[in-house]
Amino acid sequence: MFKIVSKKILNPTVIQMEVLAPLVAKKAEAGQFIILRVNSDGERIPLTIAGYDREKGLVKIIFQVVGGTTELLKHKEVGDCLQDFVGPLGKMTDISNIKNAVVVGGGVGCAIALPLAKKLKQTGINTQSIIGFRSKDLVILEEDFKENSNNLIITTDDGTYGEKGNVCVPLERILNAGNKIDKIFAIGPLVMMKYVVLTAKKYNVPCIVSMNPIMIDGTGMCGCCRLSVDGQMKFACVDGPDFDGYEVDFDEMIQRNKIYAEFEGKAHEETCNLFKKEAR
Amino acid sequence: MPELPNLKNDKNKMPVQDALIRAHNFDEVALGYNKELALDEAKRCLNCKHMPCVGGCPVRIRIPEFIAKVRECDFEGAYQIIATSSSLPAVCGRVCPQETQCEKNCVRGIKGEPVGIGRLERFVADWHNDHIKTEKLGINKNGIKVAVVGSGPSGLSCAGELARRGYSVIVFEALHEAGGVLAYGIPEFRLPKRILKQEIDVLKNLGVEIKTNIVIGRTITCDELFKDGYKAIFLGTGAGLPRFMGIEGENLNGVYSANEYLTRSNLMKSYIDKPTTPIMKGGVVAVVGGGNVAMDAARTALRLGANKVYIIYRRSQNELPARAEEVEHAKEEGIEFKFLTNPIKIIGYKNEHDAKDIKNGFVKAIRCIKMELGDPDERGRRKPIEIANSEFDIDVDTVIMAIGTSPNPIIKQTMSGLETNSHGGIIVDENTGKTSIDGIYAGGDAVTGAATVISAMGAGKMAAEAIDKYLKNE
Repeated sequence: MFKIVSKKILNPTVIQMEVLAPLVAKKAEAGQFIILRVNSDGERIPLTIAGYDREKGLVKIIFQVVGGTTELLKHKEVGDCLQDFVGPLGKMTDISNIKNAVVVGGGVGCAIALPLAKKLKQTGINTQSIIGFRSKDLVILEEDFKENSNNLIITTDDGTYGEKGNVCVPLERILNAGNKIDKIFAIGPLVMMKYVVLTAKKYNVPCIVSMNPIMIDGTGMCGCCRLSVDGQMKFACVDGPDFDGYEVDFDEMIQRNKIYAEFEGKAHEETCNLFKKEAR
Repeated sequence: MPELPNLKNDKNKMPVQDALIRAHNFDEVALGYNKELALDEAKRCLNCKHMPCVGGCPVRIRIPEFIAKVRECDFEGAYQIIATSSSLPAVCGRVCPQETQCEKNCVRGIKGEPVGIGRLERFVADWHNDHIKTEKLGINKNGIKVAVVGSGPSGLSCAGELARRGYSVIVFEALHEAGGVLAYGIPEFRLPKRILKQEIDVLKNLGVEIKTNIVIGRTITCDELFKDGYKAIFLGTGAGLPRFMGIEGENLNGVYSANEYLTRSNLMKSYIDKPTTPIMKGGVVAVVGGGNVAMDAARTALRLGANKVYIIYRRSQNELPARAEEVEHAKEEGIEFKFLTNPIKIIGYKNEHDAKDIKNGFVKAIRCIKMELGDPDERGRRKPIEIANSEFDIDVDTVIMAIGTSPNPIIKQTMSGLETNSHGGIIVDENTGKTSIDGIYAGGDAVTGAATVISAMGAGKMAAEAIDKYLKNE
């Protein structure tokens, strides 16, 4: 069992937890993920590692409530335990041979972008971060990004905070400014990553994306997380989750992530109802 | 005077659930012999001096000896004889292909049917599990730590063997439950999880410790295991990556690898009424492949509520690699075989007028081509050849690819110096299971690619013997 030692509501649907998992904390690196089960008949869900404290043995996760399992997780409090917590899985993000980087995070994807920004900056790489949200009340991790970037730009779709518009606008400005950017890292919704890649392509700057397909075992066994990369079948859990954004078939991935959308919606609703009943 | 053998030519039939009923539930299909059937079957054994059956068993169970005990009604005595050779008798009695192993060599098979060795093994193991409460055995521990990676058949067999020899064995399992393919792959109706749990409890009573949620190579590396005081490591990481055909449409929604489909249903229990893990149920299902895994997937699909299930196989019935018994069961349950047929494309639904149609991107049909058998290949199997212009479509909602797996890549990715072959299988000495690294042994599907439970157990046992020898010489 894995104890929750801290919990913080970042915005109405995004929650941060620190979980005591010393073996995972010891090895965790930016870009890798864990798989957890909330209880003994629970579903396995992958979450990318949002931070770690090797000394205290803590792994930070940040998740958005979308289905039954994340709703259940939301109701867990400090001191409660998670049934299973395994990792770190996947390959760590490769940051070799970079002097200037741009990290682009979108929504809850910023949670994953943060440890990467932190690692880049600590390695001495000039790191500019662009983090985008739909609206002001959804903005998360602003202070953390400020601390871990040489330059931070915040965008909101509705203009209620930071720049109005999507992340590609400031990205294009940075790429236009003439300073050489060696690599862009995009982490967020698939549609956002798709457009960041298109922008990067215009300026011929390499762009790494972090994929978040549906998974079960996370060790290559089931093949559920497969995607097309340069026309080849790849498994995100063992070949990724980072891939060269130029080569990823985003439209197919967007389609694949919808397989259980109906089930997920129902499961979320049912779990919500369960908690409402209990509260009564 | 010794009792005369039972000279009936036929095996006692295995009692089974009625096909029409069992096709809609996940209860075990084969119900097992009762005492009377077991005694009658045991009397068919001629107790041959040269014991040809034992030669066919990968773990060398002393078959005539245990059957003799059954004949004496000493079922626990029979169990104890099996237990000296096999760590998972209740599993093997259910899933071993006895017809190509022990029973193939049975003298009774010359004139009639061989002795039902597998059925007797199952009877004995179930009798033991139902009647004898196993207790922690007081084995003298030698204090030497050995790590076993993976809790599937090869790992459990290796662990049991080493524990009996006094080693402190820790098994590391990546998933949240022990058993490997026995837990995620083989369905409840062929191997109830209750049986698996009992067998694992027996191993725990021998002193084997199982740590779940640890991925060796990621959570802990093999180097760290050695630093932690483990003196030897056995890699039983299994067949990892599922294979696909490389045809168009394999990433459409509704195309599963058999591993994924079976894992969702078995390990994640999506077959129950209100599952937490989803799976596509109902509709028309096509399973591609002809092995036991294909049979398991097809029969699972049926039980999950499919209206129609096809098995698509590119050769003919004679070449089916699955056990005859499983094929027979599948047919009885109403699964339709499309022999000499090979998929060439999976067709998806696409509403040209509505990009938001929720059916977009889901499987609609599978395009196949008819095949004929040509000349035998180097292994003697006749090669299937496409018949030109014979394409046809079958409307389906789900496609399950059951065409094999290649070994798990994580160990290889994270361990330098470990030699593997072109398929990714770990290269080992065939008499000891020793890998290219000192102190590290391997066996099972991680070495051979997809094979049987019992051959993996045989490899685990052989490696345990070699590890014992290696550590005694240290």
